[in-house]
This record gives sequence, structure tokens and C-alpha cells, in this order.
Amino acid sequence: MSKTKAVSAENLRARVEELSGESVFACYQCGMCSAGCPLADEMDRLPSQVIRDLQLEDISLLDSNAMWVCASCLACEVRCPKGVDLAKLMEALRQLHLRKELDHVSINDMTQEEIRKLPQIALVAGFRKKTG
Amino acid sequence: MSEEKLTQIYIMGKAYDVPTGITIMDAMEYAGYRFIRGAGCRSGFCGACGTVYRKDDDYQLEFALACQEMVEEGMHLTQLPFTPAPRSDYVLGELNPKENVLLQHYPAVARCVSCNTCTKACPQDIEVMDYVQAALRGDLEKVAELSFDCIQCGLCSMRCPADIKHYHVAQMARRLYSVTDSPEPEHLNARMQQMNDGAFDKEMDELMAMSLDGLKQRYAERVIEGKEEAS
Amino acid sequence: MLSWQDSGRRRGRLMTGIPYFPGCSLKDTASGFETSAQYVMEKLGMPLEELERWNCCGTVSSLTTDDLMHHLASVRNFVRVQDLGQSELVALCAMCYNTLARTAGRINTDAEERDKINQFMDREEDYEGNVQILHLLQVLKERVNWENLEAQVTHSLEGLKVACYYGCTLVRPKPVAIDDTEQPTIMDEALESVGAESIPFAFSTECCGTYQVVDRRDLSIEQSFRVLNSAARAGANVIATACPLCQHNLEEALREVGTKAELGSIQIVYFTELLAAALGMDLEELPEGIQQLLKQHAMVEGGA
Repeated sequence: MSKTKAVSAENLRARVEELSGESVFACYQCGMCSAGCPLADEMDRLPSQVIRDLQLEDISLLDSNAMWVCASCLACEVRCPKGVDLAKLMEALRQLHLRKELDHVSINDMTQEEIRKLPQIALVAGFRKKTG
Repeated sequence: MSEEKLTQIYIMGKAYDVPTGITIMDAMEYAGYRFIRGAGCRSGFCGACGTVYRKDDDYQLEFALACQEMVEEGMHLTQLPFTPAPRSDYVLGELNPKENVLLQHYPAVARCVSCNTCTKACPQDIEVMDYVQAALRGDLEKVAELSFDCIQCGLCSMRCPADIKHYHVAQMARRLYSVTDSPEPEHLNARMQQMNDGAFDKEMDELMAMSLDGLKQRYAERVIEGKEEAS
Repeated sequence: MLSWQDSGRRRGRLMTGIPYFPGCSLKDTASGFETSAQYVMEKLGMPLEELERWNCCGTVSSLTTDDLMHHLASVRNFVRVQDLGQSELVALCAMCYNTLARTAGRINTDAEERDKINQFMDREEDYEGNVQILHLLQVLKERVNWENLEAQVTHSLEGLKVACYYGCTLVRPKPVAIDDTEQPTIMDEALESVGAESIPFAFSTECCGTYQVVDRRDLSIEQSFRVLNSAARAGANVIATACPLCQHNLEEALREVGTKAELGSIQIVYFTELLAAALGMDLEELPEGIQQLLKQHAMVEGGA
């Protein structure tokens, strides 16, 4: 029997709150985060919907692309009227995957040509956010 | 043998009393182990005999070369004869030294978290983390300089949480540096010139034409530099 | 263990300048940022003194509560600052500034976490929790001040319309912001003091797409294009950046969609390159596009 590389859906909200240190019920769904998120139109659910999904423990959230499209720009965090750090929630969702070896970027599949064009700063940041 | 002249060690969990003051490799052979892999030059140069050990009452792992390290009382050890670290293919002459080719071939270098675990695993006292960082910022000379004593034992790569292949990165750096920036080895160039001019052709032809017995005799009668009056 | 002699020698090293942290990209891919900054600081009598044996800070902040490992990289650099007997570290790269500052904020105040890190880094001296991180713009505003910067100008940038692009990491989150989060002006002030006209634009603090360039290049191109477009429409002919990744992403977007008429011939440059030009740096040391732009604005070499 080999290792299972899958994210458990159990106690999703509690685990995300513990990893992030944030309380999802502080959010009253005003939508400021979604309004300010520069990458919201690329996400399959809005930032405010991500936190709603956590409140309701909608486990389909684990398959969303939102956490991977997020650029950690912190526009959401800085504008939330309740002081909820959505960036930390996004990070927690990423870490749930990365700590199960479910990397979002495959270094094996990167070509030398791709790497050649990128400054170190991009690689270090991309690997830190999308590989475990 | 009296008690004081024995040291108790644990080889893969099993206790053995071995003579005090011998190397781990000698101790393992004394205990009856035969090295089919994981032994090479027995002189601290080939990197084949990477050893991981721990001492009684110590939680930390330590790292050494079996052929160099002496046994100690309460040593718990195991061998790591091989590190499955993939080496990137390249043709030295086709690399562009103006680019960060180290990163292109070994992008995991960008995953270094500066934990220093590699440095702690190195039996050669190399500042491994420092050369990985130098590789990240494209400082070829620094990588070459710091990694000079590397013998490719692989212990660093086995311990790295980022799965970096330190010794492959370093070897690539040293090779590229020698081609691009390091000073010309004049003595080597002179010898190459001699060879290309045919200075050794006659001797080589003689050797190639010799019989096996002739070669054996030539070997037995060879003159060792500094010992010209050997019997 | 260091002998008292070693301690004294290391801790009391005479510094004429300020400890400086380059970061992974400033030695090759973004070397123009460093050389121009060093030129400026030499002129101002406060040279940047590179830390010895520094390591990559990590570029981004690790945001989970339980992860101390990814803060190690920054803390190790703080120990290097301590080794010099100093307590301040200046960064040029906005991402480095942000990552170092966030870690300092956390580790300086949390003794338990600091203790854990110190125990883990058992080959380093203990980090005492006193290092403060500064961005070059803060040093220029607070230690040099704008009047002194202006006094060093030999080639005014008058006529240049500069859109100052702050991006994310200089202004978010608030505890590490070097200026107002929504309407920062510190970079604008710097460039105005050397004669340039600052062009405010709506996207000055919008994200360039950052690390998405690695596996979703389409996203960073799109984001960066919005920034370029906003600056160009506001009338800028130059965008000043403070981050090698912003610089890269903006340049890539320009290369890819540069044919769009509204972008004109906008140039992208590190803010220190503009400052250096104003303080007399040889234009030949600047990127081609900037040289042309500066010459267009009647910057005659050798004349004030």
C-alpha cells in the first residue's frame, strides 16, 4: 500500500483556521476583497466566495483554482473592514495541498528555455508558493 | 584481547565489539561485513563510503566517511552507498557562461531555504549552503571555490528538504569555471603539447605491443619516484 | 565559541555606510538596480555596505502560523547584521524588503519563536531580536532628506514624466508599509526632488502578477499590461520600479503588447537608475531605452 497524496476534506474550516490564525466567521460578505482582487476574474470563485465556502465548509473549494491564481498581493487583507487576512486563508488552502506533496508547479516539467527567461526572484517566489 | 582495547558499536542496529582505534570501514569488515558497494579508494577521496551515525545519548545524526572516521564507543551507524540524484545532461562547450546555467539545469536550487542541513551533513567541512546560495545568484567562481573539496558522497542531497542536488550543481560550476574564467594550467598545456608533438609515441607503441608477461615484468621492475634505490 | 578577541573584531567593525542586503537577483539579472543605487549612495556619503555571507531572504513571506522554517533564511541575515555590531539593514528590492521586514516584525516580538529558531540554527550566534529593516526610499527620505538629494543633482530630470510604480510589497501589509497603503508618494517625492514630474496613475499599487509569471505567464502579462496602460494613459513616458520582478513582468508585457498605440514608447526603469542619472552617472551605464529618453530631455553630460 503506497502513500496517498490527497487532501483530506475533514474539518476543513478548523484546519484552515488553525494554519492561518484567522477566524472565517468574522467575514460579513461585504465583497471588498473581491472588488480589489486583481486576479478575481481568473478565479473560478470570487475571494469573498472562498471565505463563504469556508464558513459553510463546502469542500469543493479544495478543487478551486482560486488559491493558485492568488498572487498574495494583499489587496484583500489591507481593505477588509473586519481585518480578516484572506491572504493567509489562501496560503492555508495552498499548504493543505503542498504538505501532501501535491505541488502545483512541476519542476520536472519545466524546460531550460522557460527557466532561462526567468529571474531568480520569480523562481524562488513561484516555488515557495506552489511547491512543497 | 583485553577489554580496554575493544569498542562497542552498533552496525545497522546490531552490537559488535571491535578493536579500538580503527576506522568504521575496518570495523565493519572486522565484524564480518563485506563491502560490495560503498567502498572505493579507502583514502577519503572517492565518496563511496558515506556513513550516517549517532552516538549513545545523542539525538542528532552525524555524518562521515567510513574509511576516515574512527569508531567510538556507542556509535550507531549505517551506510549510504548510493544517492539517486539525477545529473542533468549538458555539453560543456555549448553552455553560455553569461546565463545562470546552474539554475537552468538544476532549478531546485531556487528552493533552498537556507536551513544549513547540507553543511551539517558534509564530511568534508564544506560550506555547502553558501555555495548553493552562490549558485542561485550566478556566482560561478564562488561555487567552484567553496566546493573544491567535494567528493560527491551525496549525503547533502539525501538530507536536503528542497531536494537539491548539491554536488552535481557544484561539479557543473567547477567544470564551467575551469573552461571560462580560471587561469590556464600552463603545465598541463605544456604536457599536452608534448603529447601532440609525439614525444611519447615511441613508448606508447612499445607498451601496446607488449605481451601480458612483459607488462607484468615492466610493472614489477618499475622505478618509483623518490625511491630509485628500491630493492 | 568565539574568543573575546574575535567578538571584538567582528562586532566593532568600522562602518562608513549602511548594511545592505542585495537579494538573489541584484547580482546578475537586475544588476542595474544595484550599481545605480550604489552610485547614488556614494554621492550622498552613505555607501551601501554589502553584508558578508548573506543568503536569499525567500522573496515571499510564509503566511502560515506554524511555519518557522521559511523564516530561517531571513533570520540568518539578521544574525549577519548583528555580527557587524549593527542593527539596521537596508534593502533595494521591494520583495526582499517586505519579506525581511515581515519576518523581523514577527521574530523580534515573539521570544518563543526566536528561541526555537536560535536553537535550530546551532552553528550561528543567537539572534537577539533587534534588527530593523529599511527600504532605500526610507533612508533617502529620513536620513538623507530631499533637500540634500536635490543639492547633489547635476542633471535635472526636468521634462521627464515619471509614473512611480509601487506594486504590492512596499505598501502592504500596513505594519511594513513605507508609506500610505493606497496613495503612497515617497517614490514620487524622491523623483520630484531631482526634477522629474511625477504622474499619478490609478494602478500604482496594483499587482504586476508577481510569481504567476512562472506557470501562468498569461496572468502576469495581463496584469502588467493594465499597469502599463494606466501609466501611459496618464501621460507618463517612464515607469519607475523598485522590484526586479515588477521590472521583469512589466518589460515582458511591454515586449508582448508593446505595439498597442496607447503605450507609446514608454520606458521602464529602476527608480535608482533615474536618481543616478540625475546625480551625474554616465548615461552609457544605463539601459539603451533610458539613455535615449534622457538625451531627448536635453540632459547634456558635464553640464548642470
